[in-house]
Amino acid sequence: MRVVIAEDLFLLRDGLTRLLQAHGMEVMAAVETGTELLAAVTADPPDVVLVDVRLPPTFTDEGLRAALEARRVVPGLPVLVLSQYVEQLYARELLAGADGGIGYLLKDRVMDGVQFVDALRRVAGGGTAMDPEVISRLLTHNAGNSAIAALSPREREVLGLMAEGRSNAAIAQRLVITERAVAKHTASIFLRLALQPSDDDNRRVLAVLAYLNG
Amino acid sequence: MSVMRTDPAEGQHAWSIESPRALAGLAALLGLAVLGLVTLAAPVALLLANLLVRRDPGSDYLGLWALTVFSLVPCAVVGLRWVAGQRVWASGAVLAFPPATALAAVVLYQRRPPGADHGAVWLALPLLLNTVAGSRWIADRARRLFGACLGVPIASPYRPAPASGTAVSHGQRAVARAEWLLTDPATWRDVLWVALNSGVGAVLVAAVSRLVAFGARWHVLDFRPGLLIVPLLVGAAARFRFGWRLLRSYGLLTAAVLGPSKQAELAQRVDHLAQTRAATIDSGAAEMRRIERDLHDGAQARLVALGMTLNAAEQLFESSPEAARSLLTEAKDSSVRALNELRALVRGIHPPVLADRGLVDAVHALALDLPLRIHFTGDLAERPPTALESAAYFAVSELLANVTKHAAASQVWIEVGHTDGMLRVVVTDDGRGGADPALGTGLRGVERRLAAFDGVLAISSPSGGPTIATLEIPCELSSLKTSFY
Repeated sequence: MRVVIAEDLFLLRDGLTRLLQAHGMEVMAAVETGTELLAAVTADPPDVVLVDVRLPPTFTDEGLRAALEARRVVPGLPVLVLSQYVEQLYARELLAGADGGIGYLLKDRVMDGVQFVDALRRVAGGGTAMDPEVISRLLTHNAGNSAIAALSPREREVLGLMAEGRSNAAIAQRLVITERAVAKHTASIFLRLALQPSDDDNRRVLAVLAYLNG
Repeated sequence: MSVMRTDPAEGQHAWSIESPRALAGLAALLGLAVLGLVTLAAPVALLLANLLVRRDPGSDYLGLWALTVFSLVPCAVVGLRWVAGQRVWASGAVLAFPPATALAAVVLYQRRPPGADHGAVWLALPLLLNTVAGSRWIADRARRLFGACLGVPIASPYRPAPASGTAVSHGQRAVARAEWLLTDPATWRDVLWVALNSGVGAVLVAAVSRLVAFGARWHVLDFRPGLLIVPLLVGAAARFRFGWRLLRSYGLLTAAVLGPSKQAELAQRVDHLAQTRAATIDSGAAEMRRIERDLHDGAQARLVALGMTLNAAEQLFESSPEAARSLLTEAKDSSVRALNELRALVRGIHPPVLADRGLVDAVHALALDLPLRIHFTGDLAERPPTALESAAYFAVSELLANVTKHAAASQVWIEVGHTDGMLRVVVTDDGRGGADPALGTGLRGVERRLAAFDGVLAISSPSGGPTIATLEIPCELSSLKTSFY
């Protein structure tokens, strides 16, 4: 799998490169700025882009804007955005008009290499990876929603993991239950929230996120 | 600046010509003119009479003395109370009594003032003080009257009253107050306006009575009471044709004379700035202490613990790899917690989204984290200055925290905008209402934060809701250069 990294801190850029190479990925380019990222992506589109929100020269949300611009230039380009902090606002902007291939994670998540690479693969495969913190805040924001309040605690747990972008198999493994039990919970959630059921993992994730974002 | 509690139904509106208040206001103005005439003319008349009228020894009237003392003593008491700051609506009007008595005495008793034989100068001094105090009272009424008429309140121009704590005895306090009263230029401008107002009033009255006399002499109308109709008609016509414009122009003149002068405005401004600067420095220092404490007890302590755990893991590495592994897991968790704490701390100092995107998006991001249905509208053409942006953000943050904590609301409406040189944020919720800045420290804090930028917070929160909190900060927008692809 071919990856382009945009990260301005040398230590992190180097660490990410080594982590990804250790997991058998090819780092095509590791750049420092948004403009360099755009140049690298348009020259030869990779399988996935890994980008930090804050990049020089402005050190604001340059990386995020570069990511959105890259997706405009190369439609459907999978992008995983890393950040020192997460905001629902940015998650919404990334998800707007996207049908997958979007990830938004806290930088802390790179400490768990296996999980992180798993998320990156998911995004590269057209899936979604939302940070648990984004999702927990999204669920808090929906605290007044009576349909969600009516879910059982386990169902809410499944809803949260689903919104993070995890597949049924991953949810089953995480909650130590069978995949069939997960499927049952998912069906129940979709019924209660009046969502169109689907067998496709990614469609389900996007439907749930769209529902939570109201 | 202070937190104002406003009622939406109770805004200041300029009078319209049809308004019955306009007529009542005119009547009040006439009353003030008469009162001013009496207050101002009395001491002058008394002095002149004393100086010019030929003295006739031995014809002092005892009754006159009694009358004078009878009217002076209670008025002196009320007047002193008023000067001492215990203002009652009627107390100012009572100040006109002694001069009125003096005038009556001059007119009634053979144009001779009480105590004329012994020199009435002793009366002139208290009467002058009366004039000053009375003028201020009249000017105060006029300020309110024209404030309501123009729809823009006329600010009080006086210097702040001396603090009562510095004076020990009642006497010292009275002297301090008298000095404050007499040395304030605004007092003398009050006297000037009262003279002007009374002069204009007197000229008008004289003109009307002349007109009537003129009509009578030339037999313009045979029926004498009918003569009154002429000036009344002229007056009414003038009122409907020019009256409104005249009244407004007069109001503007009054505002110019009675409002704060440039110097007084500057003095008040300096006072306000000194206060807010002190508050800002205090809160800045408190904030630094809080950050220091948070770092010391939080991330710093966690990093020390992390180092110790890693050290222990290193020592166990050979002898007990399993124990070392569990220590490493612990170290990893510890570093995650340290990161979380640092993140929370950074959000409290300067939220990254505010730095990245500015106020509108930062407030939107804040709203998205609320456990409520939100209706957000926000638009700023350019970014306000950074410090102001930050103050506005934390003020809104506090308001929203109040909504979630106390209001029991299900929905919140947030509007961010900039009009007429004012940055304005309105937070409305459908909660239970009854928010009162006097009760909580949170709203006081918001008030202090805003005061440093001359901002104000207005809260309308009737019991039962809804609560509307509006914050306004005067600011010019400046564009911040950002790069675009």
